[in-house]
Amino acid sequence: MGSSNGHFRTLKTNRGAYWLAIAMLGVLVAAGYAAAHAMETEGHWITGMNNQVVWGLPHVFAIFLIVSASGALNVASLSSVFGHPEYGPWARLSGLLAICLLVGGLIVLVLDLGRPERLVVAMTHYNFRSIFAWNIFLYTGFLLVVAVYLWTQFQRNLSEWTGRVGLLAFAWRFVLTSGTGAIFGFLVARQFYDAAILIPMFIVLSLLLGSAIFLLVSVLLGRWFEDGPGADFVVRLGRLMGIFIAAELFLVAAFHLTNLYAAEHHGVERFILLGGGAITALFWGGQVIVGALLPLGLLFLMPAGRLVGGVVAAAMLAIVGGLAQLYVVIIGGQSYPLVLFPGKRVTSSFHDGEAASYLPATPEWLLGVGGVALALLLVLLAIRVLPFLPDNRHFRSPA
Amino acid sequence: MTASCSRDHPDRGRRRLLAGAAGLAALGGGGFSIVELARAKDDDEAVSSLVRWGLLIDTARCATGCDACVTACDTEHNLEDLGRPLTDAQWIRKVDLEDTETGHVTSLPMLCQHCEHPPCVDVCPTGASFRREDGIVLVDKHTCIGCRYCVMACPYKARSFIHEALHNQRPWSPRGKGTVESCNLCVHRVDKGRIPACVEACATDGGDAMLFGDISDPDSEIATQLRAGPSTQVRADLGLNTGVRYRNL
Repeated sequence: MGSSNGHFRTLKTNRGAYWLAIAMLGVLVAAGYAAAHAMETEGHWITGMNNQVVWGLPHVFAIFLIVSASGALNVASLSSVFGHPEYGPWARLSGLLAICLLVGGLIVLVLDLGRPERLVVAMTHYNFRSIFAWNIFLYTGFLLVVAVYLWTQFQRNLSEWTGRVGLLAFAWRFVLTSGTGAIFGFLVARQFYDAAILIPMFIVLSLLLGSAIFLLVSVLLGRWFEDGPGADFVVRLGRLMGIFIAAELFLVAAFHLTNLYAAEHHGVERFILLGGGAITALFWGGQVIVGALLPLGLLFLMPAGRLVGGVVAAAMLAIVGGLAQLYVVIIGGQSYPLVLFPGKRVTSSFHDGEAASYLPATPEWLLGVGGVALALLLVLLAIRVLPFLPDNRHFRSPA
Repeated sequence: MTASCSRDHPDRGRRRLLAGAAGLAALGGGGFSIVELARAKDDDEAVSSLVRWGLLIDTARCATGCDACVTACDTEHNLEDLGRPLTDAQWIRKVDLEDTETGHVTSLPMLCQHCEHPPCVDVCPTGASFRREDGIVLVDKHTCIGCRYCVMACPYKARSFIHEALHNQRPWSPRGKGTVESCNLCVHRVDKGRIPACVEACATDGGDAMLFGDISDPDSEIATQLRAGPSTQVRADLGLNTGVRYRNL
């Protein structure tokens, strides 16, 4: 009984797989909430976080979701800003993903606060010197702009506005991801942060993660339930994702090589690149090999790069790599001790001079995964209620 | 300049008198005189930007292994040892520095440096981290949402996030699970004309290495000492203009 809007449709499937997915995601969301509740009532001591690593795995997931939200709008922007009509049929799903991923990320961020019940304080007390305060407006504003963008796509009489609102949303994405990168870029005291290049690194990371998640979600929707995007579309978007992966690898190389040139950063670089244990393994194994070299090889050197399956595999690798990169930046950057006295060996009861040992605890995994599950659950429910998906009978390419 | 400062600080004469009395009561000679007494403030009196409270710490008088300042702080604010060293709060800690070239070891107390341009205040989204007019950096526990961005931003690792419920709190030092805290320079004592607990304990039980006072009052003992000899700001390269200065570092 699915309704259609122009050439768009709702998801009509009643396959068990759909309801099983809804149920499983619901369980994960409930587990995430239970974990957050435990963290709030018991305190953060039940997590792996401590006074050296104060932002743990929930921040990795939250920032992953937030930058992915911005990037998920790629397809819509390609359609209405860059004038590629072949992306138009998927622009609605692109906008929906952007909203749902951002909601999931923000919920994780809020539930990881020491005092999440004081959200109203954060909404009524602002310090505009804080990039966090700016981000509150950037995130909520993004939700609003993308909602209006979608509205202009749903209402045929507003379609002339789609291009203009799309341009605003496109600009907003860059400012939003810049604001997220600036959270770290503006931390003057930490050896691994305090670098303006973190801003473009976050922007390109968002473009590649957003593309990867869009590819994965759209193809899986088609495989599991009803029609998905055609192979041409998937391969083209996959190659674009590949360009983003290469650009990110370039920025990461520039970041580390610049650091290696400055003696004051040798310590933190030695920690990340050589002696940081799990952080080093995640950098080389997760971020560089799994997240960049393998998907690049798959997309550009292997015949599979021209197949839907190959592109989906590359997207999955890129997502794993993006998570590893955020873990290295967020956890690795905190694990390396603050340098208060250069040239001195420092010891104290507060673990000065020591690399932090951080191991994420179960509540952190549940909260982070719960945020991802919430985003996907919202997508699955929304596409059943409103016509977000293209009706391939109308959009099937004649060529 | 001195004359105008005197007009601005009607209590300075009284403060000098009290400081003199405290000097008579000093236990040890040499180094810093034991204390500089603070100006008592009426409860409804606003703090003034004409005052800037600060500390001068002489590391030559701070013995490795002595933790009189830490013990006094823990007692004053009831910073209990909850048996979890990775998450237990520390407002002041002893740090030992070994010169990697020479092997020389220096010991010093590290605490909130009460910066003029505190990064913790800049990054706080709600304004809960704030700097009083007299230079003391504080956290408003009612508006702190526990985001920990200030902990990320502090160059001195001076802040602690409270990871669990606390009991037996001191009425003058409210603390709370899920919020961030750090040295408040014993603001409750300073406003009553007393000196911070760590400084008092260092004078009586330690090496008399800590001098507290108004660094913007040119006649104060701390300003005189700062003028008379070299002192160091930790991470002076950041340009934060710390209220805590070190000597022989």
